[in-house]
Amino acid sequence: MTYEHAAASVADQQAQLKAKRRLPVWIIYLLPSMLIFALFTIYPFVRTFITSFFATSTTGAMTKFVGLQNYIDLFTNANYLQSLGTTFLYTLLTVPLTVIISLLLAVLSASNLPGMGIFRTIFSSTMGISVAAGSVFWNLLFHPTAGLLNQIVTSLGGKPIGWLTDTHYAIFAISAVSIWMNIGFSYLVLMGGIKNIDDSHYESVEIVGGGFFYRLRKVTIPLISPSLFFVFTTSLINAFQSFGLIDMLTSGGPNNTTNLMVYKLYQDAFVNFRFGSASAQGIILFVLILLISQLQTKLTERLVTYQ
Amino acid sequence: MHKIEIRDLTKSYDGKTNILEEISLDVEEGEFYVLVGPSGCGKSTLLRVIAGLEKITSGTLMIDGKIANNMPPKDRNLSMVFQNYALYPHMTVKDNILFGLDVKKVPKAEQKRRLDEAAEMLGLTQYLKRKPRELSGGQRQRVALARSVCSQSPICLMDEPLSNLDAKLRGQMRNEIRRLQKKLGLTVIYVTHDQVEAMTMGDHIMVLHGGKIQQMGTPLELYNQPANTFVAGFIGSPQMNLTQATLTEKGLLLGGDLLVPLNEEERANLPEGNQWQIGVRAEQIEPAAPGQQDTCLVYATSTEMMGNETQVLFHVGDTLFTARWTGQYIIDPGQHLHVSLSADDFHFFDKDKGTLIRPALHIKGFTAQIA
Repeated sequence: MTYEHAAASVADQQAQLKAKRRLPVWIIYLLPSMLIFALFTIYPFVRTFITSFFATSTTGAMTKFVGLQNYIDLFTNANYLQSLGTTFLYTLLTVPLTVIISLLLAVLSASNLPGMGIFRTIFSSTMGISVAAGSVFWNLLFHPTAGLLNQIVTSLGGKPIGWLTDTHYAIFAISAVSIWMNIGFSYLVLMGGIKNIDDSHYESVEIVGGGFFYRLRKVTIPLISPSLFFVFTTSLINAFQSFGLIDMLTSGGPNNTTNLMVYKLYQDAFVNFRFGSASAQGIILFVLILLISQLQTKLTERLVTYQ
Repeated sequence: MHKIEIRDLTKSYDGKTNILEEISLDVEEGEFYVLVGPSGCGKSTLLRVIAGLEKITSGTLMIDGKIANNMPPKDRNLSMVFQNYALYPHMTVKDNILFGLDVKKVPKAEQKRRLDEAAEMLGLTQYLKRKPRELSGGQRQRVALARSVCSQSPICLMDEPLSNLDAKLRGQMRNEIRRLQKKLGLTVIYVTHDQVEAMTMGDHIMVLHGGKIQQMGTPLELYNQPANTFVAGFIGSPQMNLTQATLTEKGLLLGGDLLVPLNEEERANLPEGNQWQIGVRAEQIEPAAPGQQDTCLVYATSTEMMGNETQVLFHVGDTLFTARWTGQYIIDPGQHLHVSLSADDFHFFDKDKGTLIRPALHIKGFTAQIA
């Protein structure tokens, strides 16, 4: 080995040693988001999980380990079970209707006829409306005497309906508002899916003479199945996490008929200061959403075709 | 009666610019008719008009002797093969092939029979249960063809069906499509931008440019008597050499640069006038024999060695000419060459309009012969 070679090889080894001592570069790039994620997601989650096994003071301090007692209390509490049932009902009412209505609107407004742009803007506009603004608007519509809905009902000879105050109607009224609010987003996603379908797929149908429903069944729905699946899953998760509408319109009433899980959780934590129970509710909600979205993925996997 | 008859068809989207202008054509039953032209020439639009996917602005379209201007696509009794094959990713090959037969209420047993036949014909039998994404490009192309075969429509429209395939496969599929068409007696209208496909597949060819018909005819008519400089440049590979020519006392001056000597006979054969555009095919520029008189001196710019032939490139004025010589010639760039050119081999075009005045008088060794 010549002198130059030996020198070069020593320099190489030194460089390698230095590189080993240095932090891998990718960690530096990841650090900011890892920090934020840890601080605002992982830590609260772990903390909630731990708190759910404790009795807590009104300040949220863990005072006594109670094991599964918080969970046992919840599942024997009629109020909580009602809230669970209400959430399922609400999900069943809102998710399928949101997806079906937005699919229908998307299919109808996907053509390139002149003026379709106006419809597309209208149909997707609720995306730009905040829950607060939407709630105020619907509050007016639902108003017992001055509201437009009751004016229509009375002009048709009916009795005014307590949309948000009657235990028979409140959950349906809330569901209607929720569907209306969520259509914008679902519509936009589905429209994107439909616009991605190559024209030749429809032209093939035209040449063999298939009608509207043939096209919908054989081409549109299968080809936007990934978008449909996405919309379905996000709607489902959103339904389980609904809070704003309830808070603005009914505060869980009347008689707890619109007291969805997240709203109850919020009340138990920040109105009643029962953080232990609220934490347990949070964990239950987490497990529930995890299970249902997994189940849904398994069930629909077969039906979704990625191109 | 013609299978498809088009008279003075014009198509415009905005009422101002015509995508297609005054198109007339007749397609006979069992004919392979090729629409060829550069992209944006209107060939696909014409095909879509025939399919009924686009409305006709003016003119008439007749299918089987019936006016079909406003006939819905399904009543035209045709099938269509799309450039991207229009296969449904969620359906198996089998369902893709049978697509649409349920609309036409074809009985299950008949569907099965047609499926087996088409799959057999196109070598797809072992792939019927697969999804399109599990197939190669060539196999997908075959599925699209099988769908057409299964529909048993007498007319098949094909929109650049081979453009997504690699060169080797394209050559293979050209043969296969042609064979299939002959076997089934299909009337095919085939759109392509590839003049090789047009030449090798078509019984008849229509060259389109800017929405107007440039020329209609058999492949050899187009090759031997191109109606204008556009067709001359479009049909044939390498491209026909086109340049300006001026008649002088000594001979024909090409591109203000290269003088082609004229003998008595050649001079007599010239069309009227003294300025033209001329075109000469690469194979008609030959290397001069040793000691040959009246040759032209050119300087090679570069060569392209194909093995069986050599393409020699040289400048005439501003135009790059290509000569095609059978055999292997080792030529350095800048080397001077004696080439033999005869005005009798030139196509003469109107200097301004570019229309053909006089085709080449003899196409040495290249006129069609029956062996």
